[in-house]
Amino acid sequence: MRLSAKARENIAGWLFVAPVILILGLFMLLPILMAMWVSVTDWNGQGSPFKSSVPFVGMDNYTKLFAEDGLTRQDFMTSVRNNLYYVGLVVPIQTILALGLALVVNSRMLKGKTFFRAAFFFPSVTSSVAISVVFLFIFASSGAVNNLLAFFGIQGPQWFADARGLLHLALDAVGLVNADSPPAFLTSGGPFGLSWWEWLAGPSVAMSTIMLLVIWTTSGTFMLMFLAALQDVPVTLEEASMLDGAGRWKRLRFVTLPMLKPTLFLVLTMGIISTWQVFDQVYVMSQGAPGKTTLTPAYLSYTQAFDSFEYGTGTAISFVLFAIIVLFTIVQRWLLRERNA
Amino acid sequence: MATVRANHGARTVASTFVGYFILIFFALVFIYPFVIQLSASFKTEANAAASPLNPIADPFVTDAYHKVFLSTDMPLWLGNSLIVTIAITLGRVLLDSMAGYALARLRFKGRKALFGAVIAILAVPGVVLFIPKFLVLKQFGMYDSYTALILPIIADAGGVFIMKQFFESIPRSVEEAAKIDGAGTWRTFWSVVLPMGRPALITLTIISFQSSWNELPHSLVAVQSPDLYTLPRGLAVLVSGSLGSGNQYPLKLGAAVLATIPVAVLFVVFQRYFVRGANEGADK
Repeated sequence: MRLSAKARENIAGWLFVAPVILILGLFMLLPILMAMWVSVTDWNGQGSPFKSSVPFVGMDNYTKLFAEDGLTRQDFMTSVRNNLYYVGLVVPIQTILALGLALVVNSRMLKGKTFFRAAFFFPSVTSSVAISVVFLFIFASSGAVNNLLAFFGIQGPQWFADARGLLHLALDAVGLVNADSPPAFLTSGGPFGLSWWEWLAGPSVAMSTIMLLVIWTTSGTFMLMFLAALQDVPVTLEEASMLDGAGRWKRLRFVTLPMLKPTLFLVLTMGIISTWQVFDQVYVMSQGAPGKTTLTPAYLSYTQAFDSFEYGTGTAISFVLFAIIVLFTIVQRWLLRERNA
Repeated sequence: MATVRANHGARTVASTFVGYFILIFFALVFIYPFVIQLSASFKTEANAAASPLNPIADPFVTDAYHKVFLSTDMPLWLGNSLIVTIAITLGRVLLDSMAGYALARLRFKGRKALFGAVIAILAVPGVVLFIPKFLVLKQFGMYDSYTALILPIIADAGGVFIMKQFFESIPRSVEEAAKIDGAGTWRTFWSVVLPMGRPALITLTIISFQSSWNELPHSLVAVQSPDLYTLPRGLAVLVSGSLGSGNQYPLKLGAAVLATIPVAVLFVVFQRYFVRGANEGADK
């Protein structure tokens, strides 16, 4: 008996998607479910996590991160602080840089568009590990950057050994506080086991090299996205506004930028999602040092599991990180919503 | 009127100048690190440390590369990276385009829900999956094998999405002609649809190659024995470990150069498709 055409298409459809379903189901969906279980146990990596001998600890792994005074909470909160400053600086800077470069490259008066586009984009396609090696060399204490600074009479820091927070340094420089002996009301208490003084550290000098690296590698991709959107801005629209006597800034503000809004939205979302996941650079360049100032939740989750064999804590951290990412994208959406809708 | 025009002309010249200044400055910022990297890999260790900014290696020596190949596991890492990258790229191109085609063209029950699931999976941050992937590989007894390096990432939701978008953009008429001629679904897909999909297939090949060649975290959770290290993993170990005395910058940078070359060559040849890939990723 022959099957009807419709039934055959049904079967063919499922056969075509079967391999992908199998792979994504087995290596994305199933692992997440398993990890949810592990995050409520004290599994140490030995044997199967589903044996009855593995102790069930309920929400302990999560409460340890937020409510219990101890090293785990201290490390986790330090990593969240580091990553907050990291996201807060990297996302706006890379977005503005990408937009600026796209506007200049797109300018009709300039030649060599293809070359410059390639030059800005190249860092984003190369291996993050290889780039990290290059930056270790460039920011070495007697490396290229410090040589350049010396040329201008500035003595550069020992980048990767410098745990001083930039915000501390800034507050000290303007004379608000003395970074060597911070005021007692800042050091005496604060939320989640870190003092206010620690929360207010800002990114460390060491962390800022990783931030520079990431801004440097990702701006190119985002520039391409802005560039694609700019090419969709109708020339007639720009010309009309020029005839109306709109100056360059007005044109940018009232004609070009509104057209770029969907892209801007996307670039910010992608930026937030990827900056919360910074891992490769930390793994290669600093391993969380100096003074835990380059520790990030992603890296901490990895070391908890694979170095300390605290798989429960490690998975709990990764789920909290997931929640943070979701929360941040929702807030970003809400902030950029269409207000006149 | 004339003065307005002259003024306008002067402003155009000035802004062209500023435009080029910005472009050249940033081109240097973005490219010079690679110049330094390349030149330092041909310097002596003392020279690399003493004049890191100099783009010319003088004396020009290839010691670092001899050492990379003779006293590290570089040949092994290169071999592993090639095997893994080629397997993943072939797998992704075939499996993602099959699924993308089915989602775009074949009417089967559950298609909409399935596409929704693909989008949901795209939204899961990779970092969340580190430990989960390790758990599942252990459970299946695959941990620490080539299978562990390849199988879990041999299909990806992003590629399925790109191929689905592409197949939706090509006209149905050709396929229908093939169907009337009596070709089955597989025949139609393999000898009619796929050949038309060349641009999308090249884009997918390139982004798959690039992402699996550069992949570090998956190797960290999938294998532990040094025999299975891929190039990024080996490079990471090389950098953190101490090989004899000194900083060994030429050696490390030379190894990093080797890790960069394949993607750099692809980039120069297929730049158009890299650009397309970046923008298709954006359409998600």
